[in-house]
Amino acid sequence: MDIFLQQLVNGLTLGSVYAVVALGYTMVYGIIQLINFAHGEVVMIGAMVAFSVINALAGGALPPLAVVLAGTACAVPVCMGVGYAMERLAYRPLRRAPRLAPLITAIGVSIILQHLALLVWSRNVLAFPQIIETRIYYVAGAAITNVQLAILALCVGLMGALAWLVYRTRLGTAMRATAQNAQVAGLMGIDVDRVVAATFVIGAALAAVAGVMVGTYYGIAQYTMGSVLGLKAFSAAVLGGIGNIPGAMLGGVLLGVVEALGAGYIGDLTDLCHYGLLAPLLGDRCVGGGHFVLFGSNYQDVFAFVVLILVLVARPSGLLGERVGDRA
Amino acid sequence: MRLAPDKRRRLFAGAGIALVGIALAALPFALALVGTSWVRIANFAVLYVLLALGLNIVVGFAGLLDLGYIAFYAVGAYTYALLASPQFGLHLPFWAILPVGALLAALFGVLLGAPTLKLRGDYLAIVTLGFGEIVRIFLNNLSRPVNITNGPIGIDRIDPFRLGPIDFSKTGHLLGIAISGPMKYYWLLLVAMLAVIAVNVRLQDSRIGRAWEAIREDEVAARAMGINTRNIKLLAFAMGASFGGLAGGIFSAIQMFISPESFVLTESIMVVSMVVLGGMGNVWGVILGAVLLAVVPEVLRWSVAPVQQALFGRTLVDPEVIRMLLFGFALVLVMLFRPAGLLPSAVRRRELAERAG
Amino acid sequence: MNRRTLTVALCAAALLVAGCGKEEPKQPAPMAQKESAPPPPPPSIEIKIGSVAPLTGSIAHLGKDNENGVRLAIDEANEAHIKIGGKDAKFVLVSEDDQADPKVATTVAQKLVDEKVAGVVGHLNSGTSIPASPIYNSAGIPVISGSATNPKLTEQGFKNQFRVVGRDDQQGPAIASYLAATKKPKVVAVIDDATAYGKGLADEVEKTLKAEKVKVLSREEGTDKTTDWKAILTKLKGRRPDAIFYGGMDATGGPLVKQGKELGIKAVFAFGDGACTDEMAKLAGEAAEGMLCSQAGIPVAAADKKFLDAYKKKFNADPILYAPFTYDAANMLIAAMRKADSADPAKYLPALASLEYTGATGKIAFDEKGDRKDAEMTIFTMKEGKITPVAVIKAGKTIPMDEFMKMGAAEPAKEALKAEPAKDETKK
Repeated sequence: MDIFLQQLVNGLTLGSVYAVVALGYTMVYGIIQLINFAHGEVVMIGAMVAFSVINALAGGALPPLAVVLAGTACAVPVCMGVGYAMERLAYRPLRRAPRLAPLITAIGVSIILQHLALLVWSRNVLAFPQIIETRIYYVAGAAITNVQLAILALCVGLMGALAWLVYRTRLGTAMRATAQNAQVAGLMGIDVDRVVAATFVIGAALAAVAGVMVGTYYGIAQYTMGSVLGLKAFSAAVLGGIGNIPGAMLGGVLLGVVEALGAGYIGDLTDLCHYGLLAPLLGDRCVGGGHFVLFGSNYQDVFAFVVLILVLVARPSGLLGERVGDRA
Repeated sequence: MRLAPDKRRRLFAGAGIALVGIALAALPFALALVGTSWVRIANFAVLYVLLALGLNIVVGFAGLLDLGYIAFYAVGAYTYALLASPQFGLHLPFWAILPVGALLAALFGVLLGAPTLKLRGDYLAIVTLGFGEIVRIFLNNLSRPVNITNGPIGIDRIDPFRLGPIDFSKTGHLLGIAISGPMKYYWLLLVAMLAVIAVNVRLQDSRIGRAWEAIREDEVAARAMGINTRNIKLLAFAMGASFGGLAGGIFSAIQMFISPESFVLTESIMVVSMVVLGGMGNVWGVILGAVLLAVVPEVLRWSVAPVQQALFGRTLVDPEVIRMLLFGFALVLVMLFRPAGLLPSAVRRRELAERAG
Repeated sequence: MNRRTLTVALCAAALLVAGCGKEEPKQPAPMAQKESAPPPPPPSIEIKIGSVAPLTGSIAHLGKDNENGVRLAIDEANEAHIKIGGKDAKFVLVSEDDQADPKVATTVAQKLVDEKVAGVVGHLNSGTSIPASPIYNSAGIPVISGSATNPKLTEQGFKNQFRVVGRDDQQGPAIASYLAATKKPKVVAVIDDATAYGKGLADEVEKTLKAEKVKVLSREEGTDKTTDWKAILTKLKGRRPDAIFYGGMDATGGPLVKQGKELGIKAVFAFGDGACTDEMAKLAGEAAEGMLCSQAGIPVAAADKKFLDAYKKKFNADPILYAPFTYDAANMLIAAMRKADSADPAKYLPALASLEYTGATGKIAFDEKGDRKDAEMTIFTMKEGKITPVAVIKAGKTIPMDEFMKMGAAEPAKEALKAEPAKDETKK
């Protein structure tokens, strides 16, 4: 049982990181129906900037928490700038173009950002200085660290703040109006361009925070780290219902838990030696504690894609979303 | 004797094609003077042309963005490798395996196409991307519990093509002229490429081609016009995939070794870039795109490092990085300023003109 | 026969006209020299030696390290004014970048063949060495890899393929039996990163452990990009392994150890050479302390002092990983040429196969497959943030490090370079 609980803790931490990144995808998609492929790279830039700052300040007089905060404080504006530039230069001119155009542009932007980061931060794996002392707490047999707790708290806080922004502020109202019908929103006096730009910038800020979290939690950053994370977060957004903010949170957490439980249990579930009837068929493979595992943890990365494909094929609207699969 | 104008034009066209044909056939001799490695580079360029033309059917003709296309290439490559290597002790001849590989790839194409028929645009792009990754992950992991693909270690000692006494991996002599292995593959690839070009060109203006075009422009309207959109879309997936499978088989034989790392997402994106850059839907544009993107990296390899060495005394920026940056910028700039590609297809050009007018 | 000569002459002529624009005309390729008119005195020959490694891409730093090893060997040989076939030999380095990509590897291999190099040191990875090897083989050019460890490379039956580094199935058993002997684990978990390197090594470790009657848990795998190992580690925690072996690189191994400690796993962590770096301490902090790892060959620090000094002086840096091996590989090519008194691959290949050489990494001789006989393996442990050698394993015997240093394994290397010419002359 404590193992199961531990897997849940693992999944929740991973999932809340996915959720914060997924928010960026879902906000942009909700407002202009664009999959911003380059969103994962913004996360990467956030982690890289934070790395530079933390590395420079580590060992100084500042307390560790202040150093991490300083890193975040630098990463957020840089990422916001990247997000704004991306929207302004690459996506805005294409808003009326066929659907494939911005998608291909997004792939291009993603490649550019990755390799610019490579030029700035080299292609090596960068090790974050271990300034925060890890403390481990045991809850019912499951280990949880102070960093994990901070990540969980931060994610809940960010989601709350975003919900407040979207549902309680003028900008949020304008965003929702633009998402429903950009043209009408424009007629009602909303500056659609500004609202879209604001969406990108907010998404990028979230990505920056996610980047710092990933960097400090795992202790490493590399210029390629954005793509896999981005894909998984995108899957999470689709799972929850793309364009739907609570959906992105739910999807992120669910995907994280699915991955953790999947990697933790699929090997045993598909070990044919555990099934009494099949074991004799496999001959001596099962003798003496042998294994015949069909799918092990090596398929961990498949789960996200399988979830993605299943959801898109069976219920394109996701768990909480409206029907959007037929939009073209 | 006076010829009618269209007859004369046809004569000129014929002569032009013959000249290009001779030039293409003689190319390896010229390249071999510089170095056989350039013949190999030409071979990879032609392989990319095959891939790009296959993808062009899916993306260019039918308008279905496929970001997992390299999976079909992998299917073809592994089919060949498994049936003609010591892995299972099978050594079937290449002319028997290549069609099997192409068919199997087509089957995978249908497998991918069937559940995704309802999806369009960016959703389809993501699903195909996931599909491509899943195929690669499976190839990487199917060494356990039963060893099929040898996993990440890959399959080595794959048979080269053999046709009677001709062994494509060895240098042979014809009339006292040394014909190296890569040259033989080049001619084979050339034949394959011409066949694929012919199929593409014929398809473009066929009933099927028109149907694809109709789906690309407006699926609902196409269905209303009585087009069986399901079958037509599946056909696009299957045909595109089969070309990928064919190219994969040849790749496997040329390399005599394959491993999953040759079938990563970047390769898919590379092929998509070729199609997009050259001009979606236009066969000649796609060929141009493929040749450009296959040869440019080589040119960069020979030029970037030495130039930097001369200027700064060391290599500051890898040619690889410059290549990828060029890719990225090319994709963005082409979409912004020349959305139909370098050589737009006639239909796209017409559409753009209409939109402008 | 006549025709072939003509072809060769034609090709050589074409090469001269087309390719060798920059080179001095008095130094044509060695092959052509014997057939064309005698060149003007002083007689000298240019011998090209190829070096292939990824000079761009994610392991470019290791590639550069490999290339530096070859460069150093060649420069030293040129300073020594070696005579081959009665002519002053001028060794030229032809360095190529295979980008760690199998497709590029075959192209650059062909390029080296086109350039008529006399021998090749490379490639860095097994994944590039294997597809490139048939090309060198059909050209008859000897290839020595200083870093490709996959057994398959030399199992293809190519007479021209050699390596001076230990194979996975030498390194795997070394770390596994050391682990089994010193830590006496009852249950061991084996994890890999699903790459050719990681999986290949992990398979060998598993085999050895099972042979030593240690219970091995069902294999777990991540990828070479995995940062979150907690799900796998949590599962393993439930099985209570006494040791965990990971086949993979430091970039993924660091987080693995760190997260293992966070989950309260007390097992000993063991790694292969990919994660046998000081980087582990940076990535995992305290958690890496006490881990075990192995490197193929003798530790860099135990490499011949003369080599280390020369490398440091020339490149203003310490060798990273495989430079001593590529240095030895290049020197062996040159030594074989001297022994056979010819730079013609067909003539010096037998000399290379039977060469007994003492270099920066100790005594080297090849077995019939082209693998290094009795390759040494070194076991390290992490001590105060630095990997520290604890034992050398040679021919199945474990020698503690202090004893190994006392044996002066590195000493003969110093004499070797001086002694080499004398030995050659006696053989003539």
